[in-house]
Amino acid sequence: MSALLLRDLRKTYGNRLEALKGVDLEIPEGEFFALLGPNGAGKSTLISIVSSLVNKTSGRVEVCGFDLDRDREAAKRCIGLVPQEVNFNQFEKVANIVINQAGYYGIPRREAFVRAERCLRQVDLWDKRNVVSRQLSGGMKRRLMIARALVHDPRLLILDEPTAGVDIEIRHSMWEFLRSVNRRGTTVILTTHYLEEAENLCRHIAIIDHGRIVVNRRMQELLAEVQTQRYTLELKHPISQVPIIEDYAVEREDAYTLIAEVPPEGGVHGLFTRLAAQGIEVQGIRNGSSRLEQYFMRLIAESGDRDGTGAAA
Amino acid sequence: MRKRGWSGTGQWIALQTILFKEISRFFRIWPQTILPAAVTNALYLLIFGALMGRRIGPIHGIAYLDYIVPGIALMSVITNAYSNVVSSFYSTKFQRHIEELITAPVSEWAVLAGYVGGGVVRGLVVGAVVVATAGFFTQLQVAHAGVLLAMGTLTAALFALAGFINAVYANSFDDISIVPNFVLTPLVYLGGVFYSIELLPSWWRTVSMGNPILYMVNAFRYGFVGVSDVRLDVAFALIGGLIVLLLTWAYVLLRRGTGIKS
Repeated sequence: MSALLLRDLRKTYGNRLEALKGVDLEIPEGEFFALLGPNGAGKSTLISIVSSLVNKTSGRVEVCGFDLDRDREAAKRCIGLVPQEVNFNQFEKVANIVINQAGYYGIPRREAFVRAERCLRQVDLWDKRNVVSRQLSGGMKRRLMIARALVHDPRLLILDEPTAGVDIEIRHSMWEFLRSVNRRGTTVILTTHYLEEAENLCRHIAIIDHGRIVVNRRMQELLAEVQTQRYTLELKHPISQVPIIEDYAVEREDAYTLIAEVPPEGGVHGLFTRLAAQGIEVQGIRNGSSRLEQYFMRLIAESGDRDGTGAAA
Repeated sequence: MRKRGWSGTGQWIALQTILFKEISRFFRIWPQTILPAAVTNALYLLIFGALMGRRIGPIHGIAYLDYIVPGIALMSVITNAYSNVVSSFYSTKFQRHIEELITAPVSEWAVLAGYVGGGVVRGLVVGAVVVATAGFFTQLQVAHAGVLLAMGTLTAALFALAGFINAVYANSFDDISIVPNFVLTPLVYLGGVFYSIELLPSWWRTVSMGNPILYMVNAFRYGFVGVSDVRLDVAFALIGGLIVLLLTWAYVLLRRGTGIKS
């Protein structure tokens, strides 16, 4: 069964802005799915329609087999939403926010207390249960929204930029937590501007641009298509000129740093060998932009060239 | 069948949740929501009743202070029921936690009943506080408790609904103060709270008969002292009709997502 099925989904706002121009998308249950796109591409509109925050103009939305028009209540029960912006009562205590959310989903108050404790413990906020929510840090507020979204055990969890503005340590712990949620059978849809995040977490990816899905495929297939890997090389001794190395595109960033694009047939070892032959010794190496980022940038640039708007990542 | 079963129980729990949240909210901030009404109305009773009332004399054979207490209590019911819903629902929109309700499987009826119920409870609580305060100034009698409770509750429900509709249309905090200040207050003060319309010139009396609050104040007063300037059946029919009208309006607004959804 599909966790989410969209057919010819369209949205035109009152100012005649056509945000979605006929989106078709099917996400199977159990998937960890990335929905990417530049700003203004239609990601938020799509998520808002699925979660009933925005009325669609036309088309069909099915959540876990329930039609959003005909079985709205049942469809809504399947969804947990973590929005981009904080949208809880900032004057309410942490525990009450989660308990009330459970109540909105028809969970009796006694059970709501039990579930709230479970969810707040999962995101390490149980100690803060009696704190007024506006006193939480940015990262804690995001974790609170995740706990709130999970309290009714949704089959489909939608996260809109869940780690925006969150420090690296918390981001990694959130990734681990989301993986565990997905392992328990919850379908996860993630929008993010951190392409590394999508590459690390998601098994399937769709890219939306100008209101249309332009890419929809398995992450592995997509990454395999991006043949070259980009590396940053730190040199032991300074160089004054860019070394010319056959089969490799090399740029000089400064006297001690080179950027190299490494094709799969050559590999990093081949690059090191040829650099050594020219007397260039490499002291350190790190990954440059991710393969997904390269793919995304290329796609958006092509899209911009086609309609003359230029890239807008 | 199973789905319908969830729907009934689920909606009832959702309604209870909203209602509990609303009632807790105004009790938590009681110095802003309950105390001011007690203080303001104690001053009304002291000045207009205990001090000036002695010179005014009885109306319909009722001491002036006893005559104005029901109107003052209902005035508090009206303003508190209205302001509770308009401020709470607008804040919910302003802080965006209305999204919690929109994304959840809560029916429009449950949302409406929860917020309006919160307004009704606050209106009645404040009304009871005013009546209790009046007990320091006079010995109150209740002539018809049923009429009193019914009219108090229906009036609170009507103005809670009006507050809800105001909040749906409001785009700023200014928008939620315009109706209370420039519509509600004049109608309440000219609605026979402090006088009987029999004391008015005939043209003013005729104009006053177009003020719906006059009917509510008089029916409520009848519950306390057993006298009224209007017919009770007309008063109940009027308030019943207005509630049906505003209830339908509010439901349609919620159903369409007016002021809430794009």
